[in-house]
Parts: sequence; structure tokens; C-alpha cells
Amino acid sequence: MAKIPNSVLIEKLQSKFPLAIYGTDEASDMLNVVADPTYNVEILQYLFHEPSLKFQFLTALCGIHYPGTEKELGVICHLHSLETNTRMRLKFFLPVQNPVIRTAISVFMTANWMERETYDFYGIIFEGHPNLKRILNVDEMEAFPMRKEFPLEDPNRLDKQDKYFGR
Amino acid sequence: MKTVSPPAGVEGPGFFATSLDQIIGTARANSLWPLPFATSCCGIEFMATMASHYDLGRFGAERLSFSPRQADVLMVMGTIAKKMAPVVKQVYEQMAEPRWVMAVGACASSGGIFDTYSVLQGIDEIVPVDVYVPGCPPRPEQILEGFIQIQELAKNESLRRRNSEEYKQLLAKYQIA
Repeated sequence: MAKIPNSVLIEKLQSKFPLAIYGTDEASDMLNVVADPTYNVEILQYLFHEPSLKFQFLTALCGIHYPGTEKELGVICHLHSLETNTRMRLKFFLPVQNPVIRTAISVFMTANWMERETYDFYGIIFEGHPNLKRILNVDEMEAFPMRKEFPLEDPNRLDKQDKYFGR
Repeated sequence: MKTVSPPAGVEGPGFFATSLDQIIGTARANSLWPLPFATSCCGIEFMATMASHYDLGRFGAERLSFSPRQADVLMVMGTIAKKMAPVVKQVYEQMAEPRWVMAVGACASSGGIFDTYSVLQGIDEIVPVDVYVPGCPPRPEQILEGFIQIQELAKNESLRRRNSEEYKQLLAKYQIA
């Protein structure tokens, strides 16, 4: 089957969720859609079940951090409609003071570990997640290391002090 | 071909006398059982070190021990992530005395290029290390040289090293009983 044209996708989403779709951007590889995080499950459910779309494969779910902007943290879902080989991105942006979004597990079971990873690195809380704890980092870690304010380098390193470099 | 030279002692027709320390030291040094803890490219170099061309077996380490209980030398080769640190420590704790530790390569010695929040900056943060082998990765010759240094330690150390105050303090520093 032929690819779903971006214009059709945009039109369907906008007529179904006229207030929840904030913006679209036709990137060279696939369509980007920025949407209201409070409707994330409904949008994913619609894209999954709508017979003409069938975005039934969650390729990736990850976080992103744009420091200093109004809604700093983002959750990005990459979706794939296998029958038509159409791909798209869904982006939900959240304020850093209260980064809470509903879990997508009710639509995609595979979101379980990906949401844990996003929590682990960005501190985004997925409401309703059955086991929201760190997955890759050590349990004792206090920070969310992919947030830009967190230093990337290990503080225990002794050979990288400024005095050794004449600074 | 050079074989193992006997320790210093008194030799005469039909007898040889030396101290028990030196006999045991020589025996230990030439039958060390390494436990390879290989996590990345240094482990590949170690495979070459074990294979026929370089042949660690020439130094009495033919037999690798994959059980910490029977191993004498813990050879940590490769990046140790912080999440793996408790595993390395547990392996070390399960080894019986006398035990030695070799940090092979930049990552095991200092964290190497992985100066980041998720990687242990040298295994000496969690277990005491006897010999560091530099390199990224070190050549098999360097690993052999590091192993020879361990042999020298085994030959010359007091048999009661573990009873010494210094050693007890070292282990206490790492909170190893």
C-alpha cells in the first residue's frame, strides 16, 4: 500500500483533535506533530485503531530537554504504520516543575521499558506506570543525567583538575 | 630455553636448602590461576595473550579459573560501569587469600576515555589493585609484563601478607572484611 500522505494525516488528526494538535512540521524524513500532553493516550489510541492509519508499532519513546524554554521537557514517540510503511513523530512538551504525563502502556506494552528509561534520564513521571523506577543507571543516582544542568563528567576523576592543565 | 630458576639457597650434592617462604613463593608465582573479568576490547587482547602466539601458559597460567574461589589473580579488563561495580567487588570478596588484582587497560585503571556519570573511574575505587597495565588497549606483551609483575609480588611477598596491619587497613578502607 502507498504511504499515507502527510496532508491526510494532518487533516485527520486536526479534525479529530481540533484543540489538542498544537502544530505540525513536515520534516524531510517524516511528519512531526506537537500535541497537548493531556491527550497523549487518546491520540495514540486513535492512531492505533483508526483503520485507515493503523500506527501499531511504537518504534521509540524518549525524552528531550530544551533548557530555558517555557516547556522544557519533552516526550517523543516515533510511530510506524507497518501496512503502509508510514512513520511519524509525536511530541508532547511538559513544564520542568511538574513533568507528568500519562503512561502509554494501555496502547503499547512496549512503552513499559522505554518510559522507565525516559524517567531514568529525564525525570519525567509517567502516571499509571506499573513499575516506574530506574532501569539503566544505578539505583542510588540522585540526578537525571540527561538534563543539561547535570554535569556529564564524573566528579571522582582526579586527573582532570585544572591545576594539571595550568588553568 | 629458560626454565624457572630456583630461589637463592645452599646447594650441594643431593640436597638443596632454602627458606620455606621462597619455596612457596616460587611455587605460587609459577602456578597462578587468573580469573579473567573481560568486558571489552582489552578482553580481546587478553584472548590473544592466552592463545598460542603469546601463550600466557608459559608463565604457569595455563589454567584460567572461572570460579573466584579457586582463582589467585583477578584480571579486570575493560570498562566497568557503575552498575557493575558491586559485581566486581563480590567477585573479589569471593576469592581466597592470597589474591592479587590486575587492572588491565585505561578503563579499568582510571575510567579511560569514559569520563562520565555512568562509568567507574578506575576499579581501585572499589577493590585494591596490585598492578596497573596502561594502554588502550594494551598489547599482549604489556599484559604479559603486568602478569610478570604479579609473579614478582607472589615470589617476594611475605606469606603472611594478609595478617599484616597494613593489609588489614587497606581492606578496611575498601570495607572488605
